[in-house]
Amino acid sequence: MKLELRGITKRFGALVANDHIDLVVEPGEIHCLLGENGAGKSTLMNVLYGLYRAEEGEILLDDEVQHFSGPGDAMRAGIGMVHQHFMLVPVFTVAENVMLGHEETNAIGVLDIAAARAKVREISDRFGFDIDPDAVVEDLPVGVQQRVEIIKALSRDARVLVFDEPTAVLTPQETDELMAIMRQLKESGTSIVFITHKLREVREVADRITVIRLGKVVGEASPSASNAELASMMVGRAVDLTVDKAPANPGADAFVVTDLSVIDALDQYVVKDVSFTVRAGEILAIAGVQGNGQTELTEAILGLQPRVSGSITLDGVELVGRSVRRVLDAGVGFVPEDRTEDGLVAEFTIAENLMLDRSTGEPFVKAGALQLKTLEEFAEAKLEEFDIRAQGISTPAGRLSGGNQQKVVLARELSRDLRLFVASQPTRGLDVGSIEFVHTRVVEARDSGIPVIVVSTELDEVTALADRIAVMYRGGIVGIVPGDTPREVLGLMMAGETTGAAA
Amino acid sequence: MTTTTPAAPIVHETAVVRSWKAPIAYGIFALVGVLFAFVFPATGDTLFELSTEREAIQLAPVAVPTQSAVIVAALLLVGLTGLSAFFVASRRARSPLWLAIVFTVLFLFAFLTWVAADKTIPVPGLLVGSLALSVPLIFGALGGVISERSGVVNIAIEGQLLFGAFSAALVGSITRQPLLGLVAAMVGAVLVSFVLAAFSIKYLVDQVIVGVVLNVLVLGLTSFFYSKVLVPDAATLNNPVKFDVLPIPLLSDIPILGPVLFRQTIIVYLMYIAVFLVWFALFKTRWGLRARAVGEHPQAADTVGISVTSTRFWNVSLAGAIVGVGGAYYTLDVVGQFGKDMTNGAGFIALAAVIFGRWDPIRATLAGLLFGFATNLQSVLGIIGSPVPSDFMLMLPYVVTIFAVAGLVGVSRAPAADGKPYIKS
Repeated sequence: MKLELRGITKRFGALVANDHIDLVVEPGEIHCLLGENGAGKSTLMNVLYGLYRAEEGEILLDDEVQHFSGPGDAMRAGIGMVHQHFMLVPVFTVAENVMLGHEETNAIGVLDIAAARAKVREISDRFGFDIDPDAVVEDLPVGVQQRVEIIKALSRDARVLVFDEPTAVLTPQETDELMAIMRQLKESGTSIVFITHKLREVREVADRITVIRLGKVVGEASPSASNAELASMMVGRAVDLTVDKAPANPGADAFVVTDLSVIDALDQYVVKDVSFTVRAGEILAIAGVQGNGQTELTEAILGLQPRVSGSITLDGVELVGRSVRRVLDAGVGFVPEDRTEDGLVAEFTIAENLMLDRSTGEPFVKAGALQLKTLEEFAEAKLEEFDIRAQGISTPAGRLSGGNQQKVVLARELSRDLRLFVASQPTRGLDVGSIEFVHTRVVEARDSGIPVIVVSTELDEVTALADRIAVMYRGGIVGIVPGDTPREVLGLMMAGETTGAAA
Repeated sequence: MTTTTPAAPIVHETAVVRSWKAPIAYGIFALVGVLFAFVFPATGDTLFELSTEREAIQLAPVAVPTQSAVIVAALLLVGLTGLSAFFVASRRARSPLWLAIVFTVLFLFAFLTWVAADKTIPVPGLLVGSLALSVPLIFGALGGVISERSGVVNIAIEGQLLFGAFSAALVGSITRQPLLGLVAAMVGAVLVSFVLAAFSIKYLVDQVIVGVVLNVLVLGLTSFFYSKVLVPDAATLNNPVKFDVLPIPLLSDIPILGPVLFRQTIIVYLMYIAVFLVWFALFKTRWGLRARAVGEHPQAADTVGISVTSTRFWNVSLAGAIVGVGGAYYTLDVVGQFGKDMTNGAGFIALAAVIFGRWDPIRATLAGLLFGFATNLQSVLGIIGSPVPSDFMLMLPYVVTIFAVAGLVGVSRAPAADGKPYIKS
């Protein structure tokens, strides 16, 4: 089916998320929509799927103008979507999820679960998936859940399939398999819109590429274009994709984790028997697919997890059992993975956010009273030093862009006298310019001679920053390998394979 | 290599965390049993009366020698406690459910035998009264389950019961038709639901706050109309025709349980049907699948073309209609007229039954029966005269509720989007 978008414009208040976007997807083609986070890709697709109503423009399928008032209309017209955050009910079975919304029933509304099972089996056989229709979705690995999303779309006879950042949660191997599925779908005549900001994937699978920047189409590119060309189109200027860093000059073992286990509220081990050491002046990157215990590990280091066993020592001082306050006082700097949730108080000003971790005493508090003058001078200096683009230090942190918010967090955490720096997903959702800035700062922290831990699900970031790489899988460390380990090996380790994990 | 075979040694495993909660709880009750048996022994015989004079099949009362029965029961309780501790200590499993049931039954037997030494326990009366007290709880809990499964916390069960009772009394008195009274009860409770639904779904007001406010509002309104309108003209406005008892042939002649379950009014029979229907509809039909989807992951439901707001709205309304029947039970069956604040917190106990029953209609019904039994036990013991002070006994239903919800349920998982308004971005 041919899909055409003409002059789509979508505004949110004063913000123009999509500005007269035109896009044509021919039948049986994989069309990549490339753009940075916040460029307006997802907004455009939500318009196509009927979740948003566009102010201007029209959607055509096989040259017929469509009027969607909701996702139901879009689906009936043959549009399917694999969402970035899966639209699956976790406690339902695969079959229940697939039939939801277009259930086959008898006269009094009793579900025909057998028909739904058969449908799941039929589609999953067609594409060589091995999926049990009666499995409960939350028990399935993320990669398999994504296949359930694909089955769900195909069961509604989707002939245009939109993949919204589908690889964010996948291992490199699962990504390869997804690419193969996309090609297979294309051969069966399905048109595919593939939204991503990862250049490698685009070049591998796309027939055509449309680049979007700040809500506008900035041009088309051919899949044979180089990474640097695509990146500069996406960002609007030439970008340096590598991180400048001198070889590490590691000192003694400064940070030692021994047999660390964390148990969550559902009595499950989320981190089990993890041991590693980080030397002073070294970056240890913790790689792994989202949800394999990295979050809980960093939270355990900071004292945020209630049920922790094992030992964590920093310069010989035991951290397990200490309160967060006392862990911070031991010299731990921490960049949490969700800056809006855990890193900042959105309603507070930049200045207030900069002193959040030092509200107990001097220099910002004396005899219970805030030292506003000291704080002001400090905040002004940090604004300058960290190049935070804001109207002033009294701007609420919530009004800043993602990159500037992250700079505020970094400024706060790096302005104390640190003995250890932990950064969790430090560049998630940031633009290329901010990523460069954050990476430089992380390397600087290392060069100041303290141990640094970077947790990241992006292999590019891991290989760019790491001196050594620890790969986590299902709560354990599969292996610790040198920083120059090939991506393929890392990819296998992220899927739990121990091959090559010698070091 | 394109397929990955996880070969890592680490698997997501459940940490067997030894929770001593259950053995400790059992221990406390076993200790109480031991106190009954040895420290404050009661002597004589306890008579368990098994049938009333009305029944076709008469069962002779059973006399139990009090002291030896209590001693045997207490020792068994201690044994069960030990068994439960053994289960936990051996890391094999949590304390199993059958143990909880056996323990509860045994403890109740010991307690009743001890309390009624040299007296008679009217077993049929105890059970009939329990069911009578359970009926509003069960209707309330069913409404709560439907509403919460769809994602709206229903604190207003109390208000819906009360308004249902009031409407049934008023309409039933004026029309002299109990069936019309029943319909009025449903309509009245649905009106309360409409307010809850409109504020929480359309205007995104905090559902708990709306619910609490509605309870207070209904209490105030019904009390006002009761004293200003119903009381001055009680003969015509607060004198509804009650439903007749319709014994079911054969079934009602079953010893002990027959008269309890099958010599009832249409409202109780409706309850049996409602429990099954709600369970069936929730888990086997399109309506139920969509209701649960909306309560678990509203956005997922929205993206497959299900309207979250209207699904929630109508399900909350339906929940109100079901709760309303429970309200009618007060004025058209068990009491026979409206009284100020006559539900007296039953709606909150029903809410506890929803949680104790883990948002499942069948389990919630069983929870409702347990709470009803506890409430009735207290009044029966008051009548036969027990050594335990009556004020202390008044706490019994609430102690059971707290013990049940806090001690036995453990971590129960509510519908994921329960209480969260769906804001379409």
